[in-house]
Amino acid sequence: MWGEITLVTGKDLRIERRSRVGLTQIAPFAVTVLVLFGFALEGDSATLRTFTAGLFWVAVVFTAILAVQRSFTVESVNDNRDALRLSGLDPIAIFLGKAAALVIELLVLEVVLGCVVAVLYGGSVHSAGLLGLTAVVATIAVASAGTIYGVLAASLRVRETILPLLLLPVLAPVLIAATRAFEDALGEAAVNGWSWLVLLTLTAVVYTAFGALAFGTLLEES
Amino acid sequence: MTVPAPRIQAWAYPRGPRGPAPRLAVGGLRRYPRAVSVVRLRNAVALAGRFPALAGLDLDVAPGEAVLLQGPNGAGKTTLLRVCAGLVPLHSGEARVLDHDLTRSADRRAVRRLVGLIGHASFLYDELTAWENTRFWARAAGVDDDSAQSALVRMGIEGRLRDLPVGSMSAGQKRRVSIAAVVARRPKLWLLDEPHAGLDQDGRDTVDQLVRDATAGGATVMVASHELERARAMAPRAITVAGGMVVADTAATAGSPGVSRLPGVANVG
Amino acid sequence: MKTLGERDELRNTSSRGTRILGGLSLVGIVFMGLIGLWWSPEDSDMGDLVRIMYVHVPSAWLAYMAFILTAIGSAMFLWKRSVWWDLVAGASAEIGVLFCALALVTGSLWGRPTWGTYWRWGDARIVTTLVLLLMYVGYLALRHVDGDPTQRSKRAAIVGLIAAGNIPVVRMSVVWWSNRTLHQKDTVTLADTKLDNMQLVALLFGVAVFTILFAWMLLHRFRIAWLENETEQRGLEQALIERRSESLVKADRALGAAEVRP
Repeated sequence: MWGEITLVTGKDLRIERRSRVGLTQIAPFAVTVLVLFGFALEGDSATLRTFTAGLFWVAVVFTAILAVQRSFTVESVNDNRDALRLSGLDPIAIFLGKAAALVIELLVLEVVLGCVVAVLYGGSVHSAGLLGLTAVVATIAVASAGTIYGVLAASLRVRETILPLLLLPVLAPVLIAATRAFEDALGEAAVNGWSWLVLLTLTAVVYTAFGALAFGTLLEES
Repeated sequence: MTVPAPRIQAWAYPRGPRGPAPRLAVGGLRRYPRAVSVVRLRNAVALAGRFPALAGLDLDVAPGEAVLLQGPNGAGKTTLLRVCAGLVPLHSGEARVLDHDLTRSADRRAVRRLVGLIGHASFLYDELTAWENTRFWARAAGVDDDSAQSALVRMGIEGRLRDLPVGSMSAGQKRRVSIAAVVARRPKLWLLDEPHAGLDQDGRDTVDQLVRDATAGGATVMVASHELERARAMAPRAITVAGGMVVADTAATAGSPGVSRLPGVANVG
Repeated sequence: MKTLGERDELRNTSSRGTRILGGLSLVGIVFMGLIGLWWSPEDSDMGDLVRIMYVHVPSAWLAYMAFILTAIGSAMFLWKRSVWWDLVAGASAEIGVLFCALALVTGSLWGRPTWGTYWRWGDARIVTTLVLLLMYVGYLALRHVDGDPTQRSKRAAIVGLIAAGNIPVVRMSVVWWSNRTLHQKDTVTLADTKLDNMQLVALLFGVAVFTILFAWMLLHRFRIAWLENETEQRGLEQALIERRSESLVKADRALGAAEVRP
């Protein structure tokens, strides 16, 4: 099982390293979103600092949609979803493997975005531990939900349009919780970030467990 | 209201001149104690979307047999192979493949480990090299890297080609890699959908030799092909599919006449 | 056995049961109007505004009931694999979305004079309901994607379950989240209001009438979906006949080709 998971994760990361779609297209897109937020908020540094956490996570969630689509485009070009079904790999391993690859890609992206935010919006970190943990747990939740809906949409002709519609509402709790926890970690709001982290963890566990259960059925029907 | 399928299939098909070798038959019986056939379809109806690609198909394939599927475009050959691979569920009817009941989803999943499907799509990741692709699918199937390596060599993917991303290969080279990925798994049932497409003379010969080796080793092969000359040479028994049904089942040897029980339609042989 | 579509009395999806339910809802709605607009007193805090509640609360109740039925239908479909449950889930979600939207609209209309704005981010209830509405709009969109009926049902069932499982999570996160924006404690919510006897009657009566209305709409919507399903099945049988005759027609040519041998 563990071997199968790392096999799938390794395959996805290797494809990403070769194609550099994440680096050359998805990351620049995320940075562009952050820059546009700056324009929309008139470059007011006080406002930007207040909303840093929220803007950061909105950018991450939007970018995650692209990453999810990319993750399942590589499985669709040569009908590789059929090949995965034929491969004998456990669907749970495929789900966990693909989600793990997404987590790693999104975490790298978040580090890049974090640097950009620090430069463009300013601000300081009060609790690095909370910041890091929140990022990891929220990313797991986003990646798990993304992998569920990614495989669900992969076989549809309308996949590009239906994926955001299905994915964004279920990510609303993740967005809220991660934003609140980040605000605490950045010292921008007097909230208890750790209790938000608990809610995030709960969400991440639920999505991952549900995804592991449902992925096989969804892959069958894709 | 149900539509009775017209019974137009020849039940008793002639064996090829060799037939299954005795050794293989014994092995087959031992491995498949309840069903002698590797593939056994009865009145199988399968849908592609809402279209009945298989419209009540009957078929028996014995262990060690090589069978050619022929027929016009849209006859249902590809769907037939995908049903046998456990990829397409039956809408109605019966299907047993390698002693798995394909009407049950657990069996459909289980049979996939035992079959090797070469379809129209390459089943390869364009960004990965030939070696990385073959190794990935081999490891996924629990096969060691050496088998993957020798399968690639067998298909003539060596040297520089081995470490070339599949996306930058020619169609024929890709085809060789996808065949190698299946060869590495040593399937019990080979399902080949136009295996010659895109291959050069040498590649076609290799495929034919693979099929001969597979049947000699006890595996069963079903080939859908329009390359009738070539396919007949490797598959003694030819089955004609049209409109999602078997319309003729014949041994393509001079000795045995074409068998057809097609009332009022055609009388061949 | 006659199928639903073949029974003469069911050609228009109505039956004695639905006619009774429909009649009851019609009469009930008339009485709702009478009780809500004339027979019940105005509220000490909200004044006449309380009357919106007699529509708003039943709508919200109905929406949540419908979504829960969708979740049950989805789970039962995955368990039993019967189209019946899938159609129930779909029909229920459609009605749920309709009444969820109605609840939001009436809530906003009530909020405008009460809060001074149509929308209040500080109110966890309406924010949660809006997120839910968006989720189920997505669910319906997925159901409307053309494709293999079985695949469509399975996908929809899984999305229906995820959406239902999300109700408490969304609720919890929004409640926590809105605590920050809710500085003043003077918000007029229904829970704070002391209800007069007649007001309570109006509210409960509304809930009862809307439940009957729901049953009536659900039956009709379900039967339409069922007939659509039957039509699809019949289309399949027709396609099967055509496909088989195609095999007979093509057999001649195919066999001819097959016999060209070296």
